[in-house]
Amino acid sequence: MIDSKILSSTTLRERPDFAYILDTISPGSRVLDLGCGNGDLLYLLKQKGIRGQGIEKDEDAIVECIRKGVYVHHGDIDEGLSHHEDKRFDYVILNQTIQETRHPGDIIKECLRIAKRVIIVFPNFGYWEVRFRILFQGKTPVTDLLPYRWFNTPNLHFLSVLDFQEFCDIRGFTVEDRAFFTDLKQVKFSPNFFAKLALFQIR
Amino acid sequence: MGSNQSVGIVEPKTAVLGDLRLDNGSVLSPTVVAYETYGVLSPNKDNAILICHALSGDAHAAGFHSGSDKRPGWWDEYVGPGKAFDTNQYFVISSNVIGGCKGSSGPMSINPVSGKPYGSSFPFVSIKDMVAAQKLLVESFGIQRLLCVAGGSMGGMQALQWSISYPDALENCIILASSAEHSAMQIAFNEVGRQAILSDPNWNNGLYEDSATPRKGLALARMMGHITYLSDHKMREKFGRKPPIGNLLNSDFAVGSYLIYQGESFVDRFDANSYIYVTKALDHFSLGKGQELTKALSPAQCRFLVVSYSSDWLYPPSQSREIVKSLEASDKRVFYVELTTNEGHDSFLLPNQRQEDVIRGFLNMPVNE
Repeated sequence: MIDSKILSSTTLRERPDFAYILDTISPGSRVLDLGCGNGDLLYLLKQKGIRGQGIEKDEDAIVECIRKGVYVHHGDIDEGLSHHEDKRFDYVILNQTIQETRHPGDIIKECLRIAKRVIIVFPNFGYWEVRFRILFQGKTPVTDLLPYRWFNTPNLHFLSVLDFQEFCDIRGFTVEDRAFFTDLKQVKFSPNFFAKLALFQIR
Repeated sequence: MGSNQSVGIVEPKTAVLGDLRLDNGSVLSPTVVAYETYGVLSPNKDNAILICHALSGDAHAAGFHSGSDKRPGWWDEYVGPGKAFDTNQYFVISSNVIGGCKGSSGPMSINPVSGKPYGSSFPFVSIKDMVAAQKLLVESFGIQRLLCVAGGSMGGMQALQWSISYPDALENCIILASSAEHSAMQIAFNEVGRQAILSDPNWNNGLYEDSATPRKGLALARMMGHITYLSDHKMREKFGRKPPIGNLLNSDFAVGSYLIYQGESFVDRFDANSYIYVTKALDHFSLGKGQELTKALSPAQCRFLVVSYSSDWLYPPSQSREIVKSLEASDKRVFYVELTTNEGHDSFLLPNQRQEDVIRGFLNMPVNE
């Protein structure tokens, strides 16, 4: 089965979002992972018979992807996906990428052109710990999912579950599925307060 | 780097192959290809890798020709036991291009009609023709399918051409610091080099004698080319504005002396006609851009690894991305990485742990994935 040695550090138990995505996408599908990092998710998808490829801007991560045999393109997703045909992919995945892109609306629109469905995962800025840090420390929160200080963060946008839902409503994206997670499991109750990580599947 | 081991002493070989109809209609008969091999061909003949050299390279990619040989082959960093192209695992063939002057059919070959070297009466040779000659060489080993074809710069063009000329004959294709066609700037550099040769008093329409070759013109062409292989950073680091070490008559600056030295040592090992033939082949190679390129690449079946280098201004990363995007648009399996380097176009020749890692990772990937 899955060769855990080849994965950098993550396991499915630690990544309920990965588990959810693996469960959602059926074998034989074609997936484009934007901001695929070191390729752990693509590697897991490959084990399941899903044909994936990734885009990543970090050179070390790219070398790691190639070592894992995960198809990757070294580049910046802000610079366009225009060479991909309409509906070439079954899914485009943006796992904790969207908050780092300059024009999230444009990218999601482009993703919906090249894929039948788009899965977006982002750290929830409405999470209670984030709210409490702002409230009690009066400082930009530093948490495990938002681990950067204000001066060195790659994150350009900070959004909550409610923000993203509102964004989908405004842009007319159809939300097909949503899932919310804490460290190890899914959250069902009051996700904008209790979820660290939010997943939206849109079309 | 993974290993300092060398393939040791290697013997240059020459294969006399069958007739080859060239792109321009003329027939090369016989087709002679100079080559070297490293490692052992497996009984199933399924572990062969073809390495394609760049403009001024040759078949001597790895190891030494004799015990007193000071410099190893041009890709010794990457070809050898335990290296990226691991000769414990793979049978590596390094082939010289036709049109060149390092033992393959070219302007220096003897024209059987006149009994003299062809000179500029040698037929025009394209990148596609170079690849066709390599195919004859590979077939002469009884190899139906190469595990990989790899090359940098002009070698990358050959590898790319392999993928569409013979889609069934290779599993993997590695293209380093290369392009699907020359830009006007790249053609311009080559044109200046060619004009330097043509304006040499010894040129004689390419029918020069051994005793009086257009050395000055060829040296100038090489100087021009050599500038484009380096980077601004590399030249600052290496020379800055330093005054010359000697030879005040020739140059005021260290960088000038260096280029003069490069030019002069080049004329001892390269033929001016070949320089014209090979740069013409480079300039004429064109698979197009955008959709045209996508269409040109559509026959390819192999997996691709495309590598570009941040400081390469001769073959900039944008040209590699053009190839990658067209491959992706054509639904091919492709890996692309832009390596951060300071060495300019020559980066692919130099030691680089990441380059080694990506080549190794790519080659280690099971064939059917």
